[in-house]
Amino acid sequence: MRKLLLSTVLSCMAFMSQADVTVMSWGGAYGTAQNEAHLKPFTEKTGIRTRMVDTDNAASPIRAMVEAGNVTVDVASIELADATRLCDEGMLEPIDPAKLPAGSDGTAAEEDFFHGGITDCAVGTDLWANIIAFDSTKFSGEAPSKAADFFDTEKFPGKRGLKKNPKAVLELALMADGIPADEVYAILETPEGRDRAFAKLDTIKKDIVWWEAGAQPPQLLADGEVLMTTAYNGRIFNAYIEEGKPFEIIWDGQIYELNTYAIPKGAPNLEEAMEFVRFATSTEGLAEQSRYISYGPPRKSSNAMEIIYKDEKTVMAPNLPSSPENRENALETSIEFWVDRDTELNERFNNWLIAN
Amino acid sequence: MASITQTAVPASSLASEGMPLKIRLARAQARNRRRAFLLVLPLLLFVTLTFVLPIGQMLQRSLYHDGFSAAAPSLGQWFSENPEDIRPDEAGFAALAADLRYMKEQNLAGAAGTRINYNVPGSRSLFTSAARKADDLEAPYRDAILGLDQKWDDPRIWVAMREASSPWTSDFYLTALDIQRGADGTLERVDEHSRVYLALYGKTFLLSGVITVICLVLAFPIAHLLATLPMGKANLLMILVLLPFWTSLLVRTTSWIVLLQGQGVLNSLLVSAGIIGEDGRLALINNQTGTIIVMVHILLPFMVLPIYSVMRVIPPAYARAARSLGATSWTTFRRIYAPQTLPGIGAGVLLVFILAVGYYITPALVGGADGQLFSNQIQFHMTRSNWSQAAALAAMLLAGVLVLYWLYDRLIGIDKLKLG
Repeated sequence: MRKLLLSTVLSCMAFMSQADVTVMSWGGAYGTAQNEAHLKPFTEKTGIRTRMVDTDNAASPIRAMVEAGNVTVDVASIELADATRLCDEGMLEPIDPAKLPAGSDGTAAEEDFFHGGITDCAVGTDLWANIIAFDSTKFSGEAPSKAADFFDTEKFPGKRGLKKNPKAVLELALMADGIPADEVYAILETPEGRDRAFAKLDTIKKDIVWWEAGAQPPQLLADGEVLMTTAYNGRIFNAYIEEGKPFEIIWDGQIYELNTYAIPKGAPNLEEAMEFVRFATSTEGLAEQSRYISYGPPRKSSNAMEIIYKDEKTVMAPNLPSSPENRENALETSIEFWVDRDTELNERFNNWLIAN
Repeated sequence: MASITQTAVPASSLASEGMPLKIRLARAQARNRRRAFLLVLPLLLFVTLTFVLPIGQMLQRSLYHDGFSAAAPSLGQWFSENPEDIRPDEAGFAALAADLRYMKEQNLAGAAGTRINYNVPGSRSLFTSAARKADDLEAPYRDAILGLDQKWDDPRIWVAMREASSPWTSDFYLTALDIQRGADGTLERVDEHSRVYLALYGKTFLLSGVITVICLVLAFPIAHLLATLPMGKANLLMILVLLPFWTSLLVRTTSWIVLLQGQGVLNSLLVSAGIIGEDGRLALINNQTGTIIVMVHILLPFMVLPIYSVMRVIPPAYARAARSLGATSWTTFRRIYAPQTLPGIGAGVLLVFILAVGYYITPALVGGADGQLFSNQIQFHMTRSNWSQAAALAAMLLAGVLVLYWLYDRLIGIDKLKLG
């Protein structure tokens, strides 16, 4: 018995030590995408072995590992907000942007990445967006095309689905009110700006159906419960590609967030981890990931490439929040703003919900 | 066994060992008590570990938050040396600079900023950005810090820091009562469109009351029917009551969504029957109505079962005797039957009400904008890691339930409670 135990432990250790780069990611379709697009090709190209570990959100285990001084992960896939926080607390290795590969067209990485794509300790891998979606079969004449149409219940009478949370809702209200994306947060910082956002929401309040979980909006659209709804772009793409639903996305006024690769402080294989991050966040590496999931690469040069979905026929550019035609009026979520205002605006939002 | 036969010898009050019988009896009783105590010990430990400790911890957390006080030792000292002085002087700013350096070194700026941000929204980034530049701060500190950001002169920040410099605070209860500290440190009600907790608190109890009353009205006849039908039929009906009780809460809630939504089964039936028009579809879900309908359905078994168990043992002879003595059926019900069901009604009402007050998943799914309850706010603060605020709100809910329980005891008497 003891022999068996010992040999199991030994073989486990042998297996662990086989992987030279351990990547911790989100699992599911997202983890599969990164495994296919980054881990396998990296091993093929360099001979460095890789291993993927799934978790719900790598930020918490990374924090625990670094605090305990026992880091077993080399690269972690985490949200930009968490990366910024962990970096502030000195829990991530700094990444020198000058060492990241230039774009395929020769543009330096710092120029090639979108804003927020390169921070002190993290490199962007993809971005996902809050968008407006509708069922195209419900419109015989003109279909909505702008964020403002979401609030125009005279032109497009019907219910609207909206997330029961001020984040990305207040921003949408201001953009629909005609404020360009780059001024939204400056205006939301002022009391008048916040009043204006709530006043805009007032105009459609009686027509709103509130949703909470990401799976709800495609369902609301499919049931005909709402004419238009805000949603996460990946969910709408899935309903369209997997179930053939006639859903369309309005990209005007999209509000996007970034996901990143970061290296925890004390990673056992720092050199290989850096090489992996450089490989995965190259123009081709980022474009490859978008072949498996409808999250967009945060590099201009990747978006210039033709990305075809894994079914070998769907062109991804119209489905990605990062492609130039979809980014004409796009807003990057401000991490700083929401860390500061989250509680205050939630209280006000809840008060507004209850008031008639 | 041997000792028992010995004590049974009544020869004298002194036993063979020379010990008075009384003492030996006391010893034997003590041993039995110890044994009994050891038997209940596992339960006692279990209750302490899973109930008393967590509740105590929750209450402590609602009054305790050391996010700022642990990160700002110098300011803590300055505040204790200047008890009532609101305007900070150079020494105050020097203490702040020292603490900012300390926060940078220990990576505590985020935690400290978060604590102040609870009182003064928008100030977390003030701390994190100032701590990032803390090493460059030089005397005179007042000018240096105000040079970073003019917001540091805001008296509300200093009021909040003074309050937070002690880990024990009433701030979270103040927030829960829609009260804040003004620029001069006095208490004031928060801005009208930020008031949310008190109104929701009242609404939660009101809505729970409505749900309880509807449950009672529906459950009473069902329980009576169950109690009076022959066994075979009653069992069949009982299964109908219990079946939803055994079904997953989420399944039941989502089934109601399918039934009640605008394009749902009920509305489509009404439209096809011509009772309502296509554009007159009823809004039965994603609002307060939805919350009430679904919660009544989910909580109904908790009302039916205790009432049924009491009704089953009421002898039918009492009612017959009353009728034969000339009472009308209404009088018989009012004066003979209903009072006997009171213990069951009390148990059902208490159960349903207390469960309803703490419900959160159903209102979250079907409540829409106006069907939210107090527990949804607790859940919000939990997900934002503001555990102290969540604890304060939970303590308020607990206090409300305890007050009602006390009232119930005074008015009806808790000894009349019968759960089955």
